[in-house]
Amino acid sequence: MLPIALGIAIVVSLALTSLFIGASDVTLSTLLESGWQDGPMQVLLISRLPRTLALILAGTAMAVSGTLMQMLARNRFAEPSTVGTVEAAKLGFLTVLIAAPGAPIFVKLIVASIFALAGTAIFLRILQRLPLHSTLIVPLIGILLGGVINAVATFIAYRFELIQSLESWSTGDFSMILSGRYELLWLAFALTVIAYLMADRFTVAGMGRDFTVNLGLDYRSVVSMGLIIVSVVTAVVVVTVGMIPFLGLVVPNLVSLTLGDNVRRTVPWVALLGAGLVLACDIAGRLINAPYEIPIGTMLGVVGSALFLHLLLRKHARLA
Amino acid sequence: MIETKALTKSYGSAVVVDNVSLSLPRGGITSIIGANGAGKSTLLALISRLLTPTAGSVTVDGLDVATTAGDVLARRLSILRQDNHIAARLTIRDLVAFGRYPHSKGRMTAEDQRMVSEAISYLALDDIADRFLDEISGGQRQRAFVAMVLCQNTDYVLLDEPLNNLDMKHAVGMMKLLRRIADDLKKTFVIVIHDINFASIYSDRIVAMRDGIVVRQGSPAEIVRTDVLREIFGIDIAIHEVDGHRVGLYYL
Repeated sequence: MLPIALGIAIVVSLALTSLFIGASDVTLSTLLESGWQDGPMQVLLISRLPRTLALILAGTAMAVSGTLMQMLARNRFAEPSTVGTVEAAKLGFLTVLIAAPGAPIFVKLIVASIFALAGTAIFLRILQRLPLHSTLIVPLIGILLGGVINAVATFIAYRFELIQSLESWSTGDFSMILSGRYELLWLAFALTVIAYLMADRFTVAGMGRDFTVNLGLDYRSVVSMGLIIVSVVTAVVVVTVGMIPFLGLVVPNLVSLTLGDNVRRTVPWVALLGAGLVLACDIAGRLINAPYEIPIGTMLGVVGSALFLHLLLRKHARLA
Repeated sequence: MIETKALTKSYGSAVVVDNVSLSLPRGGITSIIGANGAGKSTLLALISRLLTPTAGSVTVDGLDVATTAGDVLARRLSILRQDNHIAARLTIRDLVAFGRYPHSKGRMTAEDQRMVSEAISYLALDDIADRFLDEISGGQRQRAFVAMVLCQNTDYVLLDEPLNNLDMKHAVGMMKLLRRIADDLKKTFVIVIHDINFASIYSDRIVAMRDGIVVRQGSPAEIVRTDVLREIFGIDIAIHEVDGHRVGLYYL
């Protein structure tokens, strides 16, 4: 219990730090000196607090999605951006943007989620047909599939002059988050909670179909449920803040090293570490080149790939 | 009782299990023997609903495995296939505890915990119970898998080559354990086994398969005979009587 309390304390202090960093002068003293309607309090409520919440919600949801994907694909390197989910979600948003630009955000989200679901299902279908299940071939096929979907999306976006939208979904960036523009992330968080409640089923699914059937669970329905959670979470995160690279890959693997893969035990840690890493990278991105920002997609691209290389190259690395 | 009626499994034109009608009574150990590719593992997978038959049906105590709810069957029948590979990093204790899932649905009672510890002790895994599956040997892993299905505490336990990866000591230990559980707790074991001598000494019934067909079934005394084994395996095996057990010397 003590370590998890420590983890929570670190994430809370990172969150507090995130609230008080930025171009505008918001500190405890300016907040106390000024009134409710004045600048500092308004900046805090409209910009800083939503941004911090968005970081925590998105970080948590994407990291836990990585865990789920790894159990469903039974592969360490599976996560939404290595199995085609992210690219399919982008293609979905693009399609609905062209077909029904005036549609409410929820409709767009549903369409994108369905695309994400289809993309991931295609990936799993390819996996089933794969004669040899080498650990490294699995993410390679996923990245290949993602590349193909991305190529289609880019072509369409180019024809309809929507390249900019595509770019904004591709690079995670929290600088545009304001009150009223992040609340969808609560949906991703709710799904993360559901994933936690179903944790045992996903662990069982991670043992493979035979074990799952033996233990009396319907393998297809567990996998479908997992895919729906991963797809909707990915679609929400992609449309609100853009893709956050490496998070779903690095965080679950770091946790797995010490705690193993019993999902019920790991999810709290994956969630905490995901939130903490995203908060830390966002804070660093805001400080390094202040008052300008380095987007979190870039920050995590650097930090995440370094961590990932460490995981791959460390002694006694088990590629299983 | 496990009953199969005209059970058939074919892949394209290859018939792997061919019109098998079999009834295995409750209690004791039934060994399924036969050469590679005789359809033993497929038969076990069909009985345990891991595979869907091309034709025919399977009932366990009158329950049709094709239509009975998965969790109902999971409390009555358990199956361990050969060559299990779990990529997830679970400790032995975690793995064995999941054997209770059909009963506990994740909410482990003190009784569930007791059964987990008991299963771990049965398979002599106490010292390494908190190690991860990827940190132990193949034989230890095999014992952990068996501990898991035993922990499931079902009336029927189907094991596909339970002696996989086990050394002599642990192979004998495993067979003695199955014998003890069958006798004391009145469980029914159906095992696929390659060593005819283990089948001869430890089982109550032997079912022999060749080319997807059940060619013989009976007591070890009826099956472990030179002429019968020639029919099953196509080689001559001299049979000796040792301490009242029939033992075949197939090394020579």
